[in-house]
Amino acid sequence: MTVLCLVERDGDGLADSSLRVLAFGRELAQSSGTGLSAAVFGPAALAPTGELGAHGVADAYVIDSPEFTAYAPVAWARALSGLATDTSATAVIAAGSDRGSELMAHLAAITGLPMAANCVSATAAAGGSCRLVRQRWAGSLLEDATLDAATALLTVAVEAVAARPAGVPAVPRVHAVEPALADGDTDIRAVESASRDTGVSLATARVVIGGGRGVGGPEGFAPLEELAGLLGAAVGVSRVVTSQGWRPHTQQVGQTGTRITPELYLACGISGAIQHMAGCLGAKHIVAINTDPGAPIISRAEYAVIGDLGQVIPALVAEIRKRHDQP
Amino acid sequence: MDIGVCVKRVPMVGGKIAVTPDGQDVDTRLSGFTVSPHEECAVEEAVRLTERLGGTVTVLTLGPSEAADQLRDMLALGAGRAVLLETDGREWGPIATAAAIAAVARSRAESPDGPFDLLLFGNEAADTGDYQVPVRVAHLLGVPCATGIKHLEIDPGRARARREYRGREEVFDVPLPAVISVKEGINLPRYPSLPGRLRAKRAAIETLHPGWQGEGLRKEGLRVPAQEHQQAQLLGSGVEAVPALLRVLDELGVLP
Repeated sequence: MTVLCLVERDGDGLADSSLRVLAFGRELAQSSGTGLSAAVFGPAALAPTGELGAHGVADAYVIDSPEFTAYAPVAWARALSGLATDTSATAVIAAGSDRGSELMAHLAAITGLPMAANCVSATAAAGGSCRLVRQRWAGSLLEDATLDAATALLTVAVEAVAARPAGVPAVPRVHAVEPALADGDTDIRAVESASRDTGVSLATARVVIGGGRGVGGPEGFAPLEELAGLLGAAVGVSRVVTSQGWRPHTQQVGQTGTRITPELYLACGISGAIQHMAGCLGAKHIVAINTDPGAPIISRAEYAVIGDLGQVIPALVAEIRKRHDQP
Repeated sequence: MDIGVCVKRVPMVGGKIAVTPDGQDVDTRLSGFTVSPHEECAVEEAVRLTERLGGTVTVLTLGPSEAADQLRDMLALGAGRAVLLETDGREWGPIATAAAIAAVARSRAESPDGPFDLLLFGNEAADTGDYQVPVRVAHLLGVPCATGIKHLEIDPGRARARREYRGREEVFDVPLPAVISVKEGINLPRYPSLPGRLRAKRAAIETLHPGWQGEGLRKEGLRVPAQEHQQAQLLGSGVEAVPALLRVLDELGVLP
């Protein structure tokens, strides 16, 4: 019996999202009196056992196969399915990332089990069921739910769960796992994987300058671009801006765009629709500039300027330049 | 090229989202309905593919009788046929939804119309965000699946599907028939034309009545999460607020 967490490497260590998954999994394991284990794909020599132990993992399963030449979702899910059976896992948990969601959906389809996506908490309840809180509308609503399943398949809304090391660290036992795959499991795989240079990344930018309908049109973005250049910031936009074709979809912040996690989000001419705010839940501070004091963004921001961004932003840019030019 | 596209009727939420007094649903008294954004792009992609390669686009939805409105919206964008899997208004889980969609695809394959070459979905529904109906359908039909796709090319018998993963681009080479879920940004959906709207208004909608089934994941209730900041601190109006704004940026340590 174990709670099995799928973790991913990032460089030499574990991905930040995986640390959050382990914190989530540890809570569930403690509430059900079971151990915590982790599954990681790749060569055993690269398993970050120290970090896994610090986060309370008692058993690390390192899954590798000569057939794993590239990411293959069905093969990876098949491997997880076999491991879940062999370890009598009461739960299998992954990050609610694109890849985590995809793998868990395949695992759910292979096993025929229900799956709960984007959970923020899970505790064991009587009769082997699981009490959950999960996100709907990308976090704009919460759902209280019960999951009855021999193995609970869960993805974690990682931005809503904090990473923290275990109170009592463990020294994980490392198990090498060679999975039994079915014919055709590796047919669909990432045949190419190329990195792309996209400038200041919206997802990881420390400052994001947002523009919405109030920008007025494609040419209205020039002052926002100038401010972004001064602050080393990325420009993000609301859905209306991409639907109008003013800006490419790669700049959209929101439920169907990019989730941002900046220190500061300066939202200019953005009303603050649910769709948009779902992408800003990870922003530490939000400052809004809007002509409408009744706009929903005003009740979601920490600071607000009531005014026309077409006047405020150029004035702000001029002030920053003046400060910068002074000795 | 015959393409099926699955869409879901969801409330059109603007600046606020509220829950009904019984805590079971989103309060839609003041909102309209739409399809999830990813799905509108899936329909646009299907229409573009058939404009280039020939064939038909069939839109499918599972929902209450009112979901016919969303099917007509998609017909107005250029879909040729529509199928409504009519429910009694209860929320369906992803297992039962996938089974009902797979059953339609199977019976279509056995009909004179023949099988779908491609089934398109949105990557995840705007409301439940379950991320699993397309994958479950692919497994039920025994066809390959790619998810989260932002660029799609079709060669005879194959799809080349691209997506982003942690700043990288991943490419999948998928033999057809297949299930592919797409994300907004794969295209910019057109506005429906007037002739399109008129055609959609008159179009026949094939209606089926699948049976509801409970699932292991049971909703108990919905609630709006507590927010940290209820009202912003006002820094002033217009350019007069710039010194105060500058001070805030300075305190946050984001000035050059």
